[in-house]
Amino acid sequence: MKRLLIPLALFLGLAVFLAIGLSRDPREVPSPLVGKPAPHFILPRLEPSAGPTFAPSDMYGRVWLLNVWASWCVSCKEEHPVLLEFARSGEVPLVGLDYKDQPVDARRWLTEMGNPYVMSAIDADGRVGINYGVYGVPETYVIDKAGLIRFKQIGPVTTEVLRTKILPLIKDLQR
Amino acid sequence: MRVLFGLVIALTVFAAHAGNAQPLSNDPVVEQRLLSIAEELRCLVCQNESLAGSRADLAQDLRREIRELIVQGESDAEIMDFLVSRYGDFIRYRPPMKPTTWLLWTGPYVLLIAGLVGLVCLVHNRRSLAMTLSPEQQRQAAVLLSGGRE
Repeated sequence: MKRLLIPLALFLGLAVFLAIGLSRDPREVPSPLVGKPAPHFILPRLEPSAGPTFAPSDMYGRVWLLNVWASWCVSCKEEHPVLLEFARSGEVPLVGLDYKDQPVDARRWLTEMGNPYVMSAIDADGRVGINYGVYGVPETYVIDKAGLIRFKQIGPVTTEVLRTKILPLIKDLQR
Repeated sequence: MRVLFGLVIALTVFAAHAGNAQPLSNDPVVEQRLLSIAEELRCLVCQNESLAGSRADLAQDLRREIRELIVQGESDAEIMDFLVSRYGDFIRYRPPMKPTTWLLWTGPYVLLIAGLVGLVCLVHNRRSLAMTLSPEQQRQAAVLLSGGRE
């Protein structure tokens, strides 16, 4: 009996480690930017009617969301209805970062699918994306009143993520 | 002269072949440094490839970025910091030693030593088990070994 105990303990230990390892998504790399100031940029807007450029400092004093998207991005399509729903709720402003895209395609995408963004900035060469540690579009950042990144969602925002993580965090940050 | 001519042709062919990479600098020293840095880095899109070998869009952008930093005179350590501050330690194939990576670095050795200790204990136990025959058992063994019957 005692002889079986040690292999059993070893097996259980291994099983627990494997269970933890397999249930995590290796594509989700924790961002070192969470808790740090959102990197500065000045970029042209996709809809220049409201002003020629956008900078994160324009949003100072407000909680806001930065969503990295592109018309070529397949998962963005999946995420789009969720973002539209979020925009309708009018919780906080949602700003788009149109990542490595053709402005013509991007504008067409917004006309066809609906526009959840208060504005979109054009990151044509992906430089700003690199500063934000973007490696898989779509990605979404929650930025607080002081301009600090408080949360990063890698991959599409789902209603689940919105309900359990983003909305409670926004409520917390708006206080 | 002919050798030089041949070399020029060979290089031209090579450059034409590498055409769509659009090297910012044609300086072989810069390219060599870029390669040695990029081989230490993981491509985040296709995680089992290095940044040097990946054809992913992001990898090309990051190589462009590194190339520019080299041309600007940044040191290798500064370039590493640039990337780690954006993408985290995960981008490095050899993450630095710190509390969160202690297990990663020492784990294999700890397991190896634990295995060796376990093996030694097991062998030792077996030996001492064999040593403890009662006088009666030893007599039986001797009889059996000598080929006789009781």
